[in-house]
Amino acid sequence: MSDTTSSGPMLAADGTPLKTSLARALRRQKLRALALIAPLLLFVVITFIIPIASMLLRSVENQIVSNTIPEATAALESWDSNSDTAPDEAVFQNLFFDLYRAAEAKEHTKLGTRLNYEQTGTSSLFRTSGRKLDKVGEEWQDPIEDIAPALKDGETWYAIMSGTGGEAVLEARRTLWNQMVPGQFEGDVGLTLSGEIAAMLPLTTAAYADWAIFEALEEERNVSKRDPWEAVYAALGLDMRDADVVAAVNAYDGPHAADLQLIAANLDQLPDLTLREAFADLDEDWLDPEVWQTIKIYSPNYTSGYFLNAVDMEKGPDGAQVRPENQQIYNKLFIRTLWMSLVITGSCIILGYPVAWLLANLPMRTANVLMILVLLPFWTSLLVRTSAWKVLLQQQGVINDILVWLGFVDDANRLILMNNATGTVIAMTHILLPFMILPLYSVMKTIPPSYLRAAKSLGATNWTAFWRVYFPQSVPGIGAGSILVFILAIGYYITPEIVGGTDGVFISNRIAYHISSSLNWGLAAALGSILLAVVLLLYWLYDRIVGIDNVKLGG
Amino acid sequence: MLDSTDDQSFVKFDRVQKSYDGENLVVKDLNLSMPQGEFLTMLGPSGSGKTTCLMMLAGFETATHGEILLDGKPINNIPPHKRGIGMVFQNYALFPHMTVAENLAFPLEVRKLDKATREEKVKRALDMVQMGAFGGRRPAQLSGGQQQRIALARALVFEPELVLMDEPLGALDKQLREHMQFEITRLAHNLGITTVYVTHDQTEALTMSDRVAVFEDGRIQQLAPPDTLYEEPENSFVAQFIGENNTLEGVVTDIKGPDLCEVKLDGGEIIDAKPVNVSKVGDRTRVSIRPERVEMNPERLQEGAHTLKAEVLEFVYMGDIFRTRLRVAGNEEFVVKTRNAPDQVRLAPGTHVDIGWLPQDCRALDA
Repeated sequence: MSDTTSSGPMLAADGTPLKTSLARALRRQKLRALALIAPLLLFVVITFIIPIASMLLRSVENQIVSNTIPEATAALESWDSNSDTAPDEAVFQNLFFDLYRAAEAKEHTKLGTRLNYEQTGTSSLFRTSGRKLDKVGEEWQDPIEDIAPALKDGETWYAIMSGTGGEAVLEARRTLWNQMVPGQFEGDVGLTLSGEIAAMLPLTTAAYADWAIFEALEEERNVSKRDPWEAVYAALGLDMRDADVVAAVNAYDGPHAADLQLIAANLDQLPDLTLREAFADLDEDWLDPEVWQTIKIYSPNYTSGYFLNAVDMEKGPDGAQVRPENQQIYNKLFIRTLWMSLVITGSCIILGYPVAWLLANLPMRTANVLMILVLLPFWTSLLVRTSAWKVLLQQQGVINDILVWLGFVDDANRLILMNNATGTVIAMTHILLPFMILPLYSVMKTIPPSYLRAAKSLGATNWTAFWRVYFPQSVPGIGAGSILVFILAIGYYITPEIVGGTDGVFISNRIAYHISSSLNWGLAAALGSILLAVVLLLYWLYDRIVGIDNVKLGG
Repeated sequence: MLDSTDDQSFVKFDRVQKSYDGENLVVKDLNLSMPQGEFLTMLGPSGSGKTTCLMMLAGFETATHGEILLDGKPINNIPPHKRGIGMVFQNYALFPHMTVAENLAFPLEVRKLDKATREEKVKRALDMVQMGAFGGRRPAQLSGGQQQRIALARALVFEPELVLMDEPLGALDKQLREHMQFEITRLAHNLGITTVYVTHDQTEALTMSDRVAVFEDGRIQQLAPPDTLYEEPENSFVAQFIGENNTLEGVVTDIKGPDLCEVKLDGGEIIDAKPVNVSKVGDRTRVSIRPERVEMNPERLQEGAHTLKAEVLEFVYMGDIFRTRLRVAGNEEFVVKTRNAPDQVRLAPGTHVDIGWLPQDCRALDA
């Protein structure tokens, strides 16, 4: 006590501050404790935290558009998304080279699939157009090869393009490739671009670099011996449309300058086709401004589109808007999932409470037998149990047969107990019942019988004693059971899938559909995130209203 | 043991039997009669049937045979909540989800008393156990002694004429227990309520009760006021169970009158005793002498009284008394208690002394 009279911090016996000394003493203990839980911590992080984080991320992630057609989306910036015409030639020109690259790497279909989530038809638009881009390139390749036959040969091209000073262009194109297919395009291309050519023929250099990178690193061929893509010829043709370029070519004296000047001299033999027209020829949907709106709306790296989609909304050019009535599905599913989970939780309480009470109050031997009956479903496969319900519930099933035999139900009007919400509620109540009974039982087990006796000795009838004294003390068990059952029910998948039909399916069935059938993982992730948020919200509400301290799983 | 004043009896057990399994009787032929206002304790080791009797009276167990009467009316078929009997449970059974005041108001609420009356009665009951300031607390926020008072107040708040208490002080420490013993007795007498109190603690039974019923093996072994029970046990079980007791075994050799007989111990020594459970010469007997009634000063004994040789084995200083363990007639657990008085000698182990007693303090009981 005498030490505390000084105003400074408490000091340990050796003069160091007591806090430092204590922290040092505790650090070893903390480290040891951490080491003990490390395997579990690691397990939880790897199998739980990381997947959830990646799911949350996936629900807003949208790099695919800007990674696959980067230059087209950049050019699209200046296009007014409310305009009723498709963008101008510059955008189509960028789209041509972007899509050409994507088509070679077979990435264009992925982009098509992605955009198809937002606008149907986009998938086939990208697929068919990607396939026919070679034909567009041939419009230039054929006349160019007629004018300058030397350009048929890949070695000629290699000689034209090689030089020094163009390294930056090659690296820029490599970055674009790697954005589309991460990590795929590392290593030596076997080509050093000429800086002079790059300055003179920018489109051609870029297209040639694209080709060279793909040829060397993906196809693993020798660039100096191979013939370039059709797109390179198209690029040359497009470059030559500029009078300044033609002038520069005529003044050029590098390798095969004569062949280039030959083309410059015969420009009239090249097609005067615009790429806008070329794309319109491939598919006239390319002139549909709606397609371009979709591309523009989904060109940012992150999007709220999946989440809007998950709540029956969509991104329009002016922001979020509600989907048309006939396309709405998720809100209804969410409400149905919540409502049916509530009904299931309620049925579990009604059915489970008396059973738990019996378990807690019967003599040990009888209670043990009953306990085995309660646990038996746990030891049977979920799939088997649900299939068993199918046998019981169908119109020609056991329950209907018995009801008809007893005369309660007319043979012609057999009850429809399956492939609707009723089936889901019946089967899921049965399957989740143990999760209600066990916490209830463990709480009831701790309520001494003397409370009921005390209440009765004080003059309460059996009902009053139960309702005023026993029931309030069993509420923590109801709380624990309800949280368990509700949270399990809200994410249930197998049972609604098997007995739910169309009216009895849950949101989780839709999530599964998007994960495994439609492959729209972003939407699945958004739906999952919303489900997670709803559960957390309900948990928070429960904590506010009932208090989480009132939840007991036993003891 | 059946009280002859049947007409006045308030609580009456009439040939009551109880069996749980149909093979063994837990309570065998119980007859008991209590006048109004009496404080009766059921005392006995665990398993002796005392709690079963209490539960039958409260209505939580049904008698297998026989009748239980309350105020002259048979109550065998009346459910517990209609009996109007107050009860204090072993672990108090205060409802944890209600405040103290709500706990006390509970019996009044189910009796449909109006709010004002309820509040007034609760307040009075709380004041009665000096817990007036604790009405808003939860039972878990109270100490053991405070919970015990609340349990008592709850059992009394609806003014029952009969209150049952099932080992209510078992969970308290010694000092608090002694204090509460006093307080419960005072309350019971002040309010004039009839009380049946179950305990296995003999001190509690002796200090609190008007009468004590000693239970063993499903029967009442002796039903008597505390002093009679202690000083005049009717059989060797009661003698052993109540207080500390020295026993010596032998055979009756001579009966000299209603208050005096001679017993020849198994070691051959002759002693004087008072015949209680022996009827004729030749009966085997177990004589019982209270440690504080043994005399180690032969001058204080009667003329011609028999004495025994004894050797001191151990001397324990206990403050107010000395506890001396002796070897007497082959019994090495013979204990003598003497008051710590200025003239009292402290005997060293190994000392040989002669001991004796007044014949009326040495009771020849069943063997």
